[in-house]
Amino acid sequence: MFSSISEKMKDLNKKDVLTWMMNNAIFFVLIGLLIVIISVSPDFVSMRNFRNILAQASTRVIFALGVGSIIVAKGTDLSLGRQVGLAAVISASLLQAPDYAYRMYPDLPQLPIILPILIVMIVTGFFSFINGFIVSKFKVDPFIATLGMMIIVYGVNSIYFDRPPYGAQPIGGLDPRFTKFAQGFIDLGGFKIPYLVIYATIITIFMWILWNKTKFGKNIFAIGGNEEAAIVSGVNVVKYLLMVYTLAGFLYGFGGSLEAARIGSATNNTGNMYELDAIAACIVGGLSFSGGVGSIAGIVTGVLIFQVIAYGLSFIGVNPYMQFIVKGLIIIIAVAIDSRKHIKKK
Amino acid sequence: MSNNAELKRKEKYLLEMINITKEFPGVKALDGVQFKVRPGTVHALMGENGAGKSTLMKCLFGIYKKDGGRILLDGKEVDFQSSREALDNGVSMVHQELNQVQTTRVMDNIWLGRFPKKGLFIDEEKMYNDTLRIFKDLDIPIDPREKVENLTVSESQMVEIAKAVSYDSKIIVMDEPTSSLTEKEVNHLFKIIGALRDKGAGIIYISHKMAEIKQIADEVTIMRDGQWIATENIDDITTDEIINLMVGRDLTHRFPPKTNKPGDVILEVNNLTATYQPSIKDVSFKLRKGEILGIAGLVGAKRTELVETIFGIRHIQSGSILLHGKEINNKNPHAAIKNGFALVTEERRATGIFSVLNVRFNTFIANIDKYIKKNKLLDEEQIIKDTNWVINSMRVKTPSHKTLISSLSGGNQQKVIIGRWLLTEPEILLLDEPTRGIDVGAKYEIYQLMVDLANKGKGVIMVSSEMAELLGVTDRILVMSNGRVAGIVNTKETTQEEILKLSAKFL
Repeated sequence: MFSSISEKMKDLNKKDVLTWMMNNAIFFVLIGLLIVIISVSPDFVSMRNFRNILAQASTRVIFALGVGSIIVAKGTDLSLGRQVGLAAVISASLLQAPDYAYRMYPDLPQLPIILPILIVMIVTGFFSFINGFIVSKFKVDPFIATLGMMIIVYGVNSIYFDRPPYGAQPIGGLDPRFTKFAQGFIDLGGFKIPYLVIYATIITIFMWILWNKTKFGKNIFAIGGNEEAAIVSGVNVVKYLLMVYTLAGFLYGFGGSLEAARIGSATNNTGNMYELDAIAACIVGGLSFSGGVGSIAGIVTGVLIFQVIAYGLSFIGVNPYMQFIVKGLIIIIAVAIDSRKHIKKK
Repeated sequence: MSNNAELKRKEKYLLEMINITKEFPGVKALDGVQFKVRPGTVHALMGENGAGKSTLMKCLFGIYKKDGGRILLDGKEVDFQSSREALDNGVSMVHQELNQVQTTRVMDNIWLGRFPKKGLFIDEEKMYNDTLRIFKDLDIPIDPREKVENLTVSESQMVEIAKAVSYDSKIIVMDEPTSSLTEKEVNHLFKIIGALRDKGAGIIYISHKMAEIKQIADEVTIMRDGQWIATENIDDITTDEIINLMVGRDLTHRFPPKTNKPGDVILEVNNLTATYQPSIKDVSFKLRKGEILGIAGLVGAKRTELVETIFGIRHIQSGSILLHGKEINNKNPHAAIKNGFALVTEERRATGIFSVLNVRFNTFIANIDKYIKKNKLLDEEQIIKDTNWVINSMRVKTPSHKTLISSLSGGNQQKVIIGRWLLTEPEILLLDEPTRGIDVGAKYEIYQLMVDLANKGKGVIMVSSEMAELLGVTDRILVMSNGRVAGIVNTKETTQEEILKLSAKFL
C-alpha cells in the first residue's frame, strides 16, 4: 500500500492528492496515535515491546486471515469470537495437567497435544461449515447467519463449560507441554522468537499461496467480485463458499487452542468480541466489504497496526475503557472510508 | 429537417465545449475537443467505444475534472462539480442504465429531493398535477401514481425524460436511449424528442445506430481517439462517410465474407422445456459444424433463456441435448464448460466482467482448471502467455494485464470476455447480443472471429436484436416467439419481413 506512493504522486493534481489522503486517512490517524504514544513514553520503542506485540498479534493474524478470506468472498463472520472461545475451552479441558486438582475430566489420560487441537479444529470447522451452508444454500445474509451462529456457539460453549464436577470455573492448570507450545520461543543468541510468531508466519505464507497461487484463491475472489459472473464462468459457488467458511473454522480452532495455551486458562468468555478486532483489522488493511478486493499483506498490516495501538495505549497508561472508544472510532472511520470508495466506483 | 437546421445555424450556441482536454496517467483521453450544441436541435455524438464520448460527457457533468478548456452554457462559463449541480443549471442526462427507486410511485421519482411542500407536509396534489402537466405536454400516457416497478423499460425512460424536463433542462443528454426499445417504442421516443426540440432544448444524442441518427439528428459530431474529427449537418454526410470518419479508415464492408461451410450436425436440441415458466417451451433445433445460427425474436421471446438453459444456468424440465449424437447433461455452467460449451452473456456488467479485478484475472478465470499443475498451484507462466494471446489476437486495448477491467471501454471488455471463452476451446460458442453497445470497428472484428471459429469447425449460436447482423453473418436464423420456435429460416432466402412476421407468431 505504501510502496507505490511516489509512483502515484507524479500524475496527481490537488484534488487527487486530497482524495488519496482521504482514502488512506485511517493510516494518518494511526500514525498520529503512534506519534502521541512515542512522545509520551519514548521507551515504548524497545525490542521487548516489539516481541510482545508480535506475539500478541500472532493469534489475531490467524483469526483475521480466516475471516478475511470470507470477506473477500463477500461474506462476513460474527461467530469468530465465540468459536475461538469454544476452541479454547475444549482444548483446555482436554489438556489439563495430570496432577492438577480440579480437572474437568479427572480420569483423562495425558493426550498428545496435537489430538485435542485436531478435535477442536473439527468442531469449529463443523460450525463454520454450517455457516457456509446457510449462507450459500439458503442465501441468508452472512451477517444474520453468523450472528445467529455466534449466539448458538456461545450457548453450546456455556453448557459444556458450566457442568460438574466443578461448574463454571475457569479451566486452568494446563499441561505444561501445552502452555509451552504457545508461550515458548526459539533463542537465537539472545534474540528470542516466540513460537506463536512462527506459527502465524507459517499460516500467513500458507494463506498467501492459497490466495494467490491456487484455484481456491482465484475462485473466492471471483465470487466476491461478481457472484453471477462467477457462476457463468463455471465456479461452483456453493462448494467454494462452504470451503472458505470451513477453512476459516479450522483457523479459529487452531488459533483458539493457542489462545488458551497463551493465556494459561479458558472460560466461556474467552474470545469475546475477537470478531470485531479481526474484521476491523481486515477493513483497515484494505479489504472491501463489497468483496473481491484485498491482500494478505493488508490483513497482516491491519492486525499489526491495531496491536501496536492497543499495546501502546496500555503502555502509556490510557484507561482501558478509553481504549474501547478509540478502537470503536477506528472501526467506524475505516468502514466509512471503505464505503466512500464504493460510492466513488459508481 | 435540413432547412430547419440551416436556420438554427445562425443562432448562437446553447452549449459550447471548447478545447476540452483530459489526461489520465499515460493516456490522453480528450485532446482539444470542440463540441457545440445549438438550441432546438438534436446533436448526435458519435465515435467508437473509447473515442472519448463518455469522458467528454463526464467532464460536462463534473464527474471528471477537465484538465483544460472551457465550457459555456448560454454564453456563460460554467464548471459543474457534480451532476446534481449540472441538473440544477438545466443540464441533465438520461442514462443507459436507469436509476430509479423501484418501489415508489412515478411522481415520487420525478420530484425526489425537492418535493412540493404545504407546510410540513408534501403537497400530493401539486405533485400529481405538475407531473400530469409534463406528461401531457410530452404525450406520455402514464399514471403519475403508478409504481415504477410496474413500468416497461421504455416507460421508465420516458419518466426519466420527463424528470429532465421538470428541471427545465436546456441540454438533455441521451446515452443509447433505444438499446432496449421495440420499434414502436422508438417511434414514440422520437416524437418526444421532437417535442423537446421544438421547445428549444438541445439534445445530445449518443448512439451507434446509423439509421436512427439519420432519422432524428440535425447535426453530428464525430470523435476518434479522444480528438474532434468533424461536425456536419446530418444531410450533408452519408452513413458510410460517418463510419469511415469514426474508424479512421475505409470500411467498405460491415460484415466479413462468409467463408464458413456448414458440415455434419454437432448439436441437437430436442423438445427442450425449462422448469420455471414462463420460459422456453418445446424448443428443438440442430446446429451443424461450421455453422453460425442466429436466434431472432422480440423482447420477451425468451432467447436469453434458451441459451442460458443450454448452458446449464436454468433448469431443464424435459427434453434433451445431444452433442455429437451423445446425450449430455449440462446441469450447471461448470458441467457445460467441461462439455465444450461457452456463453458470452448479454449483460456484460451483471454477469460478464469482474469489475473490481484486473484484465488477467478476467481472462483466465473460466479456464482455471487447465492451469492447475501437479502440485495444485496455478501455472502462472501459462496464464500470462494465454492472457497475452487474448490481448494480441483480440486486439484488446489495455495498458497492462494488471489494469482493472472496469477502466477499459465496453468494446474492449467484450473482447476480453470473448477471449476468456476462446481459451476454453469450446465446440459450441453461445453469444448473447455480443455486439450490443459496441462500435462499428469492434463489431466487424467480432463477426470475423465468429466466421473464423465456424471455419475451424465450431458451432456458433448468436442471439441478436439487430436484424442487419443476423442477416449479415448467420447461415440460418431460428426465430423465437413467446418461448417457442416460430420457425427456422435460411439466411440467404429470408427477408426482414418474414422474420418479423414469425416473431409475432405466438403472441
